[in-house]
Amino acid sequence: MISIALLGVLALVAIAPIAIAMSGSPNATGFVYGSCLIVTLILFLIALEILFAHPAASTVVLPLGLPWLGAHFRIDPLAAFFLVVVNLGGAAASLFALGYGRHEETPQRVLPFFPVYLAAMNLVVLADDAFTFLVSWEFMSLTSWALVIAYHRVHDNIRAGYVYLLMASFGTLTLLLAFGLLAGSDGGYAFDAIRNSHPAAGTAALVLILVLIGAGSKAGLVPLHAWLPLAHPAAPSHVSALMSGVMTKVAVYGFIRIAFDLIGQPQWWWSLVVLGVGGVTAVMGVLYALMQRDLKRVLAYSTIENIGLIFASLGLALAFKAYGMNVAAALALTAALLHVFNHSLFKSLLFFGAGSVLSATGTRDMEQLGGLIHKMPQTAFVFLVGCTAIAALPPLNGFVSEWLTFQAILLSPQLPSWGLKLMVPAVGALLALSAALAAACFVRAFGITFLGRSRSPEAAAAQETDTNSLAAMYALAGACLIAGILPGFFIDALAPVVQQLAGGRMPVQLGGEWMSQWTSIVPIAESRSSYNGLLVFAFMFIAGMVTAFAIHRLASDKIRRGPAWGCGYPDASVATQYSASSFAQPIRRVFGSLVFGAREIGTMPPPGSIAPARLTVRLRDLIWDFTYAPIASAVGVIADRLNYLQFLTIRSYLSLVFGALVILLTVLATWP
Amino acid sequence: MQGLTFDIAHMLAGSLVLVSFMQLYQDRLSALLNMFALHAFVLAASVAWQAYAQDAPHLYITAIIALFFKAIVIPLALRRIVIKLGIHREIENVFGVGLAMLLGIGLVALSMVVMLRVTSGADPLAREDLAFALAVVLLGMLMMVTRRNAVSQVVGFMSLENGLVLAATGAKGMPLVVEISIAFSVLIAFIVIGIFLFRIRERFDTVDMQAMDRFREEQR
Repeated sequence: MISIALLGVLALVAIAPIAIAMSGSPNATGFVYGSCLIVTLILFLIALEILFAHPAASTVVLPLGLPWLGAHFRIDPLAAFFLVVVNLGGAAASLFALGYGRHEETPQRVLPFFPVYLAAMNLVVLADDAFTFLVSWEFMSLTSWALVIAYHRVHDNIRAGYVYLLMASFGTLTLLLAFGLLAGSDGGYAFDAIRNSHPAAGTAALVLILVLIGAGSKAGLVPLHAWLPLAHPAAPSHVSALMSGVMTKVAVYGFIRIAFDLIGQPQWWWSLVVLGVGGVTAVMGVLYALMQRDLKRVLAYSTIENIGLIFASLGLALAFKAYGMNVAAALALTAALLHVFNHSLFKSLLFFGAGSVLSATGTRDMEQLGGLIHKMPQTAFVFLVGCTAIAALPPLNGFVSEWLTFQAILLSPQLPSWGLKLMVPAVGALLALSAALAAACFVRAFGITFLGRSRSPEAAAAQETDTNSLAAMYALAGACLIAGILPGFFIDALAPVVQQLAGGRMPVQLGGEWMSQWTSIVPIAESRSSYNGLLVFAFMFIAGMVTAFAIHRLASDKIRRGPAWGCGYPDASVATQYSASSFAQPIRRVFGSLVFGAREIGTMPPPGSIAPARLTVRLRDLIWDFTYAPIASAVGVIADRLNYLQFLTIRSYLSLVFGALVILLTVLATWP
Repeated sequence: MQGLTFDIAHMLAGSLVLVSFMQLYQDRLSALLNMFALHAFVLAASVAWQAYAQDAPHLYITAIIALFFKAIVIPLALRRIVIKLGIHREIENVFGVGLAMLLGIGLVALSMVVMLRVTSGADPLAREDLAFALAVVLLGMLMMVTRRNAVSQVVGFMSLENGLVLAATGAKGMPLVVEISIAFSVLIAFIVIGIFLFRIRERFDTVDMQAMDRFREEQR
């Protein structure tokens, strides 16, 4: 099985040179995305097969890489689950790109990197030694960087790529240090050796912090998220979907692999750090999302929010695991993994929708959109499904995983430590706040983009997107619905993964009779809480049908067109509609001065003047201003000071090298 | 026999260090090139002895490469270059001979202390060899730093590389391909440097590095 998976990865890599050879040919797009679709589907099926049928880990060692190490690969349930996520997202993106990619102006900038990017993400998950892991990780960063700067002539994209490259290198550096600490002085870089080495408590804590920084910078944890809202929207939309929906999950995989598998038994205070970072990330992400006008940037910030949610669940799982509460740890971990899966579904779906809107209208600015539900009814429908799912409304899948997270939070009073007893409910409050704000955020995203009247001629002239793109979006929307109404199936599928990492599992969900137990999920015990997605769905469906029937039968069937969102002010100008900024205004008033340093400046013209009154809102990114800007200016100052080193003579350079060597040797000779 | 093998290896490696010292105080280019040829010759002898002592026939090939290229071809070619450039008269040291020798002694002491501390568990034959090799490397660097003339810097670089070969052959089990590739990389470096010397000369009428530094100052 694992050798077939590796062959699949090899096939993905092999597509790249063919794409280069075919560049310029009109068939290249179809060929590359078609073959990526086939290969990722095969890999997806293999991963499913392993997850369900062969929970035992299988390994293979290839004579590649470092000569004394080789390249170790391994598929265990955790890897299989993430392979499912990666390849499902990859297959959906390939299918979407079969249609979307035809609008590409410079396909040769995207085609060679896309399959290698998919292959690199697969390899990160398959890797079973630190060297292979880091090389694949770096490949993933570099290929996605190349995709981010694919449209390098668009303003700001080069800067986005630059910031991304810096943060990616920084993240890899911290991961490198973490693996160096884990491997110890013997240099046992294979994961098996690391697993059996049991690092000392201090070392383990340092490794956890480093991994949180390294994987967190890739996943987008606040305050390491700065690159994400720049880079994710800059890429072509199917790549944005992969970066947001899948690559951040690969980063989560890196964190889980090290923090739950390699590092050994956790200590309770680690979870404080992870929980705190997760909670803050969730709230900050969604607040930023609410302030954006750019549709894809809204989605990118919402990814940060969801990553925060996932990390909060992971922190909770660490806390329970540290105290040996395996069932509770299993619940928290299941919630995290299920949200990983769910988020990869609906975030890909939403990015596809944004991509369709972008290619239909040529803009991502929500203030230029509006009324698209009439022009693109099918895209609007699937986008609405995605919005409902990400806003965690039942009966869709986002609700299930967030509900499970809160169920795990409700178990926190059983924790013995007072720090956690106080911390977990606070984080729970943050998550609840972020869930509510996320709902507002996606009401805004959908309402401004698709409802109302068109705010620009481009939006008025939009056309429905093509069949392949729609097929990809419908498939993901269907998956969201299935995962929402039959979550028990997914929870049971996750059981081997959770068993491996948390040492326990949730109760078997598919055990009992049909309807009484088959479709409802029970986190701990039936007496405590349960949720039946199918029942909710059936109720909503039937209630909706009955209402529709009643309206159509009992009311007039004449179509009446009225001003949309008129609010008692049916003005002729489209500019008087609710706008994205006005929708976010109340929330900006509440949080703005604290989080964004917001300033509202109203200018009234003097009496008699015909100039319009103006309201200018200035938002500052405080995290950027207080974290990144000082670092950047410090680097600038140091670089200026060291600039003279660029203009030394050859002999001075040689003397510098020589002096450094002699000093190091002296240190070595006199080291106690 | 073991004692004698060890002593001869020790003597040859020590002689290499000695010749490095002799290179340090040569103030004429032609004499320096002679010393370099001697350096390479001693290296070849040392490697050949290692081949005999370790019973590793492939080291003989390394020795022959060292003898042929480094002791004969490169010194002859450098001599041709020097005569063609017309600079076989004199070279100047940056600081005096005495200071250079003192620094060299300090470096040898440093490499001894470092190596004897670091490799306490290793095979004594390899251990002594490594200490001497590090000393040769450091002396080669010292020569590159203290000389101004491009040709003598090249000689410093080549003798530094001799130290690397000594270290590589002292360790048992180093594959031949590594040694051959080092030898060829040095040869290629030599060719490139030779071409550059002529180009530099063509353009600036000198191979004195200080003259070029002056020129660059004006450029800025």
